[in-house]
Amino acid sequence: MKSLYENEMKLEFLSKSNNEAFARVTVAAFAAQLDPTIEELSDIKTAVSEAVTNCIIHGYENTEGIVKIIARIFANTISIEISDTGKGIENVDLAKQPLYTSKGDLERSGMGFTIMESFMDEMQVESVLGLGTKVTMKKLIKKPENIENIIGNKSKISMRAD
Amino acid sequence: MRVNYLEKDKLLLVELTEEIDHCKTEELRRKIDYEIERYMPKKVIFDFNSVSFMDSSGIGFLLGRYRLATMLGGDLGIINVSKGTRKILEMSGALKVIPIYDNFKFAI
Repeated sequence: MKSLYENEMKLEFLSKSNNEAFARVTVAAFAAQLDPTIEELSDIKTAVSEAVTNCIIHGYENTEGIVKIIARIFANTISIEISDTGKGIENVDLAKQPLYTSKGDLERSGMGFTIMESFMDEMQVESVLGLGTKVTMKKLIKKPENIENIIGNKSKISMRAD
Repeated sequence: MRVNYLEKDKLLLVELTEEIDHCKTEELRRKIDYEIERYMPKKVIFDFNSVSFMDSSGIGFLLGRYRLATMLGGDLGIINVSKGTRKILEMSGALKVIPIYDNFKFAI
């Protein structure tokens, strides 16, 4: 079957908190083929970490479930879909409010969706009570052609000086 | 995590050496609260020099320790914060109460 995308990957893992690091590092490694800057890569890792943490503590409320990630690359854009089949979100608009948390007792800051929204270019939340939640995020990786030109010129200059 | 207590200045220096996410904060919280309660420091300083990653779990984690330190009559600040970590803390408003120092000597 031919994919509509230039590249695609799927990842499924148990909703254990020590898989958070595994998930963000794996997606970052997949995103690396777009040649992102360190800052862009760090943004992606943070957004993935937020979404996966939500699946584990809110979706499954620390019970066992499967977290699913699909990442796709198409024309300098990475799209990342992170979903659970947990309890779902009653009021998505409320959940997206900065500093809103349903788990203040766990020292949660309520900044998860706000961070995903601002670190990525696009974010969408679909949720059905009792069925689960899916977060879709997109980020355009800007090709640093100008920077390459500058560095290229510099290396030529230094070679001449040598 | 490495902890150093400077008796003279009543300063608790906590060097964080792990990625700060939801998985790691639970254990860190337990260990650091024990140290804060044991020493009742005038100042708690978190050194972020070896922290390569932090997500929003770090916000609640820092504010929680800030609450404990101030409740016991002390204060809390952070040093060596990366651009990414600063961005997250700024966004949440945590920097309104938690100061970033240039180094730990400035904190004294």
